[in-house]
Amino acid sequence: MTIFGAAIAWILDAANYTGAGAIPGRVLEHLGFTFLTLVVASAIAIPFGFAIGHTGRGRGLAVAVSGGLRAIPTLGLLTLVALWIGIGLGAPYVALTVLAIPPILAGAYAGFEAIDRGAIDAARAVGMSEAQILGQVEIPLGLPLLIGGLRSAALQVVATATLAAYVADFGLGRYLFSGLKTRDYAQMLGGSILVVVLALALEGIFAMIQRIVVPRGVATSRLPVDRARSARPRPGMESAITKGNR
Amino acid sequence: MNWAWTNLDLIWDRTIDHLILSVPPIILSFVIALPLGWLANRYRLSRGVILTASGLLYAIPSFPMFIVLPALVGTTLRSPLNLVIALTIYGVALMVRVVADGLASVDVDVQRSAVAVGFSTWTNFWQVELPLAGPVLLAGLRVVAVSTVSLATVGAVIGAQSLGSLFTDGFQRGIQAEIIAGIVATVLLALLLDGALVAAGRIALPWTRLRKTSKVETAT
Repeated sequence: MTIFGAAIAWILDAANYTGAGAIPGRVLEHLGFTFLTLVVASAIAIPFGFAIGHTGRGRGLAVAVSGGLRAIPTLGLLTLVALWIGIGLGAPYVALTVLAIPPILAGAYAGFEAIDRGAIDAARAVGMSEAQILGQVEIPLGLPLLIGGLRSAALQVVATATLAAYVADFGLGRYLFSGLKTRDYAQMLGGSILVVVLALALEGIFAMIQRIVVPRGVATSRLPVDRARSARPRPGMESAITKGNR
Repeated sequence: MNWAWTNLDLIWDRTIDHLILSVPPIILSFVIALPLGWLANRYRLSRGVILTASGLLYAIPSFPMFIVLPALVGTTLRSPLNLVIALTIYGVALMVRVVADGLASVDVDVQRSAVAVGFSTWTNFWQVELPLAGPVLLAGLRVVAVSTVSLATVGAVIGAQSLGSLFTDGFQRGIQAEIIAGIVATVLLALLLDGALVAAGRIALPWTRLRKTSKVETAT
């Protein structure tokens, strides 16, 4: 465990808190990069996801695109884009935005699809316009799953942002790579611990948000898991029959 | 394309390296996740502990994981064993939830019938619960396979040979074709393993061939 002692000593070393490449600056870089990427990816993915979820059209295409994008290795995309547009921050931004889109898109339309059709039909029946249904029924009820999508996108971005230091002088990943190069295991391990703590902190924050955004009515009326009823979807007896009679 | 044709040997070697890194974690994660998932499904307390722990493990980025693991288990940084352990951890973290959900999806009436006709917990698990949860487990294992193949490329940054080496090498030498070849080979390998799992599922779960089972999505 002396290796961990050295890593902790590295994290606490005052020399790492001043000058270029200080720990607080790197942490901020990493967080700011993650935040900006998520915002851009959301701006692209959420409108599409809502449109797919609301109309039910284009779902097959969205599943295929997001599934296909997930299979692409992040490191490959990162290095390829870096060769195209040159070393620097541009490549990680492009590559990571692309990687963040599928989970957010999936979260957005899956959130709409998970809504009880009866609730939407009822909203339409009481005279709500399509815009009202979208804004007052579908978005609030679909929000927890959308946040779930953002959560996995954030994890993906934080992880890949660490790799981004391979093509740019940037973020916490820098410590890992420079430690690798100089065989400075304490620095490598210290940097790794910082990334892990950052990722777990983000995970915790998103888990909390996900709980908060559940609308109050849904949260209170949610029944404990009914173990007597099979959770397996029965094809052919979907929503209209089973859900309508509940 | 010329690069790929003249370097087929290299791509083939790295593909074999990649298979050696990614196949054991896929098998191991299934074997390890089975009892853990059963435990998570069985008791409320163990469910909370196991699912939370696996969620947190899954949240750890892969590159730091590859670096922290040697300090914990004493492997060397570049050894394939280090990567296999790390990838197994991710696979188990994904698969445990799937196993728990899959077992929970087995109709309670069926389980009660099995108990009523005298099945013990052990035979009930192997002969009733596991086969009925099969399609869900298969869907989860397919996700594990694809993500493991994709994650294994990250090992290249710490110097472990895999298809990911084509990315680092192509980047350093400025050969776009090499990176593209690496991406294509990785995706093809993922599809190949996915197809192999589907085929294995058809053999192991012959009854699913009769009717089309609904696709179970395992969102992460």
